Amino acid sequence: MEMMELPDAEQLLANLADQLRPDINEATALVGIYTGGVWLAERLHESLNILLPVGSLDVSFYRDDFSQIGLHPQVKPSDIQFGVEGSHIILVDDVLFTGRTIRAAINELFDYGRPASIRLATLVDRGGRELPVAAQYIAATLALPPDKMLALNKSTEGKLSLSLYDRAPRDNDA
Amino acid sequence: MTGLLGTMTHNPQLNRNGRLQHLLTTEGLPAPVLLNILDTAESFMGVTERDVKKVPLLRGKSVFNLFFEPSTRTRTTFEIAAKRLSADVVNLNIAASSQSKGETLLDTVDNLSAMHADMFVVRHSQSGAPHLIARHVRPEIHVINAGDGRHAHPTQALLDMFTIRRYKRDFHTLRVAIVGDILHSRVARSQIHALTTLGVPEVRVIAPKTLLPAKVERLGVRVFHEMAQGLKDIDVLMMLRLQQERMLNARLPSTEEYFKYYGLTPEKLALAKSGAIVLHPGPMNRGVEIDSAVADGSQSVILPQVTFGIAVRMAVMSILTGT
Repeated sequence: MEMMELPDAEQLLANLADQLRPDINEATALVGIYTGGVWLAERLHESLNILLPVGSLDVSFYRDDFSQIGLHPQVKPSDIQFGVEGSHIILVDDVLFTGRTIRAAINELFDYGRPASIRLATLVDRGGRELPVAAQYIAATLALPPDKMLALNKSTEGKLSLSLYDRAPRDNDA
Repeated sequence: MTGLLGTMTHNPQLNRNGRLQHLLTTEGLPAPVLLNILDTAESFMGVTERDVKKVPLLRGKSVFNLFFEPSTRTRTTFEIAAKRLSADVVNLNIAASSQSKGETLLDTVDNLSAMHADMFVVRHSQSGAPHLIARHVRPEIHVINAGDGRHAHPTQALLDMFTIRRYKRDFHTLRVAIVGDILHSRVARSQIHALTTLGVPEVRVIAPKTLLPAKVERLGVRVFHEMAQGLKDIDVLMMLRLQQERMLNARLPSTEEYFKYYGLTPEKLALAKSGAIVLHPGPMNRGVEIDSAVADGSQSVILPQVTFGIAVRMAVMSILTGT
């Protein structure tokens, strides 16, 4: 199969920031989903001058496939330093696929409090939804074969890029 | 029971993929397995600081606390851990009859399995009882040893490792001393195996000769009989409970005598490194193995140990269930 041309992640990030900018105010909080979403949320937090501290979620404890695949070996602690109760949250993830990760993230957020609103920003929407989940901010939509996984990578200099790899049989859905 | 342990051909705690199936002892568990438990526990620490102190990982699962020997604290921390994972918890305090243990034990387990138990947390006065249960149950049922006889108490040792890592970061630079009744202590055995596996270069045991098992050096520890030498350059002191019932068998002249030589006072603690931390598995005998000034002092991490114990038990339960 011919190598697929993937978009430049840095350009997509700039695009996503432009989309978000008009909607940012002092009550906006960004929450990234590990791992790629946290990188993106940190970059967006900086470029959009957001006041509330950036949050991070590891949704491993909320996944619906836990009984089949178990815990991810490297679960990171979730870290939310602002008051979730009444806040306006923008969830940030790198790739939107089945929607199951977002379902888990919303469930986890509600265990911190009741937000006034939650929106979703994603770098790439690759379709394939299995739940009624939609993103409000999307930098690119890509049609990908179901056996391929799309991953966000970060170089040692902090530069972001996308890569495609074959899906491992036990791998998590994005 | 030693026969049962001695005939084991493989590690019954690990499944074919090398993942944890039961937690019975820290002995023979590879470092990555131990570190995975500590890392997972670290991520559970945040859960206990939220509005809702629960995650849905074990929703719909039934955890049976099978306590054949009385214990309030350990049972409670297992119960809290299971409930924070959204499991249903059933506590059974079963007075062990002195006869026909094997038979009644497995009958009990069969009956509870028929009630669709997913996990047994077992405390038993007989070494090897949790192993017996683990070999008997169906493969989808998991067993955690919550202390068996003199043999092992792996979750206590793991929460001790978690505590040490929290305060001292790197296992590879530490000198650790375990002080007290090593002979009767399942905690000490599990601690020694965990410490050596995690790469602590020097583990010492400090005890009178009457409270040391024969050939204890074979476990990879240095033996000291006096605190003055044993505590020199020590980073971590792990005190053991002096079990009062053992006092009756003339291994020690009196608790006062024991306190004089082995009780941890501020003066003896000063022999260790200045930043040394003091651990104790509880319940403490103040004025026997530890002075109140040390137990409540700035170097004591005894109460944090209790808090960490919940996160560590959550980690073990979720790793087993996800196997």
